[in-house]
Amino acid sequence: MEETTNTAGGSGIKYLISHAPHAWKGESVSRIMWLVIAALLFPTAAGIYYFGFNAIGVIIVSVLFAVGTEWVCKHMRGKPFIMDGSAVVTGLLLALIMPPTIPLWMVAVGAIFSIGIAKEVFGGLGYNVFNPALAGRAFMMVCFAQPLTTWVAPTFFGADAVTTATPLNENFIIPPEKAAFYWDLFIGNIGGSIGETSFLLCLLGGIVLLAFKIIDWHIPVAFFGAVMIVAFLFGQDPVVHLLSGGLALGAFFMATDYATSPLTMRGRLLFGAGCGILTVLIRQLGGMPEGVCFSILLMNSLTPLIDRHLQPKPFGSVKKA
Amino acid sequence: MQTAIKMKSAFTGQHQAENKFTEHSPIVALPLPERVILPLQQHIGAPCELIVKKKDEVRVGQIIAESKGFCSAPIHATISGTITKVVPLIGPGNSNIVEAVEITADGDDQWAEMSGIAELNSAPNPSATLQAIAELNRDDVIARVKSAGLVGLGGAAFPTFIKLMKPQGKTIDTVILNGCECEPYITSDHRAMLEYARDVLLGFCVIYHMHEPQQAYIAIEDNKQDAIALYSKLIPEMGLAGKIRVASLKSQYPMGAEKTLIKTILGREVPIGALPLDVGVVVQNVTTSKSIWDSLTQGKPLIDRVVTVTGAVKEPKNLLVRIGTPIQTLIDYCGGLQDGVTEIIAGGPMMGVSVTDTSYPVTKGTNCILAKKTIPLQISECINCGRCISSCPMRLLPIMFVRAVKRNKYEVCSEYRIENCMECGSCAYGCPANIPIVEFIKTGKMMLRRIKAAKKLA
Repeated sequence: MEETTNTAGGSGIKYLISHAPHAWKGESVSRIMWLVIAALLFPTAAGIYYFGFNAIGVIIVSVLFAVGTEWVCKHMRGKPFIMDGSAVVTGLLLALIMPPTIPLWMVAVGAIFSIGIAKEVFGGLGYNVFNPALAGRAFMMVCFAQPLTTWVAPTFFGADAVTTATPLNENFIIPPEKAAFYWDLFIGNIGGSIGETSFLLCLLGGIVLLAFKIIDWHIPVAFFGAVMIVAFLFGQDPVVHLLSGGLALGAFFMATDYATSPLTMRGRLLFGAGCGILTVLIRQLGGMPEGVCFSILLMNSLTPLIDRHLQPKPFGSVKKA
Repeated sequence: MQTAIKMKSAFTGQHQAENKFTEHSPIVALPLPERVILPLQQHIGAPCELIVKKKDEVRVGQIIAESKGFCSAPIHATISGTITKVVPLIGPGNSNIVEAVEITADGDDQWAEMSGIAELNSAPNPSATLQAIAELNRDDVIARVKSAGLVGLGGAAFPTFIKLMKPQGKTIDTVILNGCECEPYITSDHRAMLEYARDVLLGFCVIYHMHEPQQAYIAIEDNKQDAIALYSKLIPEMGLAGKIRVASLKSQYPMGAEKTLIKTILGREVPIGALPLDVGVVVQNVTTSKSIWDSLTQGKPLIDRVVTVTGAVKEPKNLLVRIGTPIQTLIDYCGGLQDGVTEIIAGGPMMGVSVTDTSYPVTKGTNCILAKKTIPLQISECINCGRCISSCPMRLLPIMFVRAVKRNKYEVCSEYRIENCMECGSCAYGCPANIPIVEFIKTGKMMLRRIKAAKKLA
């Protein structure tokens, strides 16, 4: 064998074979997930600030049950459980879209559904069709409709919970003190889900994601743009629509979820626009007060279709005469 | 002093860590090896036919294997000595077996008779040289370049004489000298551009004469400011200001690939499956340009080339190496390997192939030897992030190829235009799940070739 398959002599040392390329950027799934969690700390901080101990409880329960469910499911499927942070992201996102006064056992049920059904049954990370946190919330809306639609004004730490209406319940009627209202919406001093009230902090979280190139601008910009345009067409105030109803949280953190959004840039613009249009339509014409959750879920179902049809033209494609 | 034209990149690519350890190291001639091994196929095209046999004595530059077929380049002896073996050889990255000839050195460096074009050598001054070039007989040039066995020295090893022929039915309006060297670590073209600058430009004059284009550029990435400055000064000095300009390009991988280079400089996209000449462009590597000049003035065939030895070696260097020198000789000359090296790569980190046995020789297409330590990688599932798609310079969907190959649906690969993939590795470079995308693509291409071949037989 020595004489025929390699040159005479041979250095005797054999080196390993590896595939090209032999250099990597250093990206990893864990790094992406932990950066998303870091970005989510902004709306989480807002939630804890405004809603105090209630918020902390919901967050802890949601994250624990999400991670625990993933562990159990991986065990049942015989696959290794890697703590790459993706279950933490889902748990945290689910907590942030819960009303602060929700009973903790309901949160646990929702977390189990999000990971167990909406993610693991489909095949795990990368295979889910619907955004797990939003699917969990939708499930809970069906099972526990009343607690899911009870909102309280910010309690901070210690104050009693006082039920209140949110801008969505009010059908976006703007009180006379417009500037103060916008400001409240912007910083989050209103009723709503734990993480969605503060546009400012959701925006900061979104900027972190954009800066680290975890997401690109196409989906959020298309989403915001479509919401504002359609709201204007309905004769509503675009700014109120932009600043309320968890739009910022949804546009930056949920619509941009990799597995459930299109792969190409053009596809992403269409996806974002579709979400935006549906959001306002649901808010105005639908029975539900809030539109972001369902609009994203509906567009998730269209993602494979968008991917199939909106592909980039390969380099050097010649137009058929 | 001519100002370089700065051009923006016209495709998505990445700026990679350059690691150009040897960019300031002058080229050093490697001492003559004791033996060389010359595979009979070192170019794109049919393997050559041996015309010498064992125990024959050969001299440097003597032809030892003739081209068969049109797209081919003859092989010459690169040291003087005796033919000691003719063995089959499996090259790295290949599943083909080619024949290879081993020559054992006789201790001297005896060269065969060579002659250059008299008019070029006897020109009394530089402008007379340019005049002499403009009067060269084109067929003579092609014959000389062909018999010199010249191939593209940027890595692709395409026979050069074909690129010097005027294509039938098409006009070439642009010539581009490719000095980009976009892969990390490699500096062989960079040093050749600096140290052989006049010869590079004189070789360009020959190419210009062969094609008579309307414009020409020398493309240099902006991480080689010394080369940009040198050529900006030298081009007007040599009286070539009206013929060629320096194009300073963003240092981005894969800027040096023909198709992306033409897109950046001219904005033209080479159609899928076509060649640059179909859009009126000829691209030639800078070192190949110098070798054209050498073959015309001295009759020198392709017997040596610049190779960068870098990575985890003790003393990285740029070496002038006789083709056929075993890779181990180069590594030894650079002080040997550092501890813990587990892989040797012929080529750059993005497109190079692993070499398992360092007695394998340097061939015409080897521009770099890279020593590295293996980094263990955890491969996980695709998370649909789309980074491969947004980094593909050919605007393909790499993850679709992976999925199609995994499910054996090769016609899907064809539908998504897998033949357009230049295997640059940008997709796998940025993949967070470390999926070996290029391997899947290579498998897909190979299976499609087999299916096509089977259909032809049926």
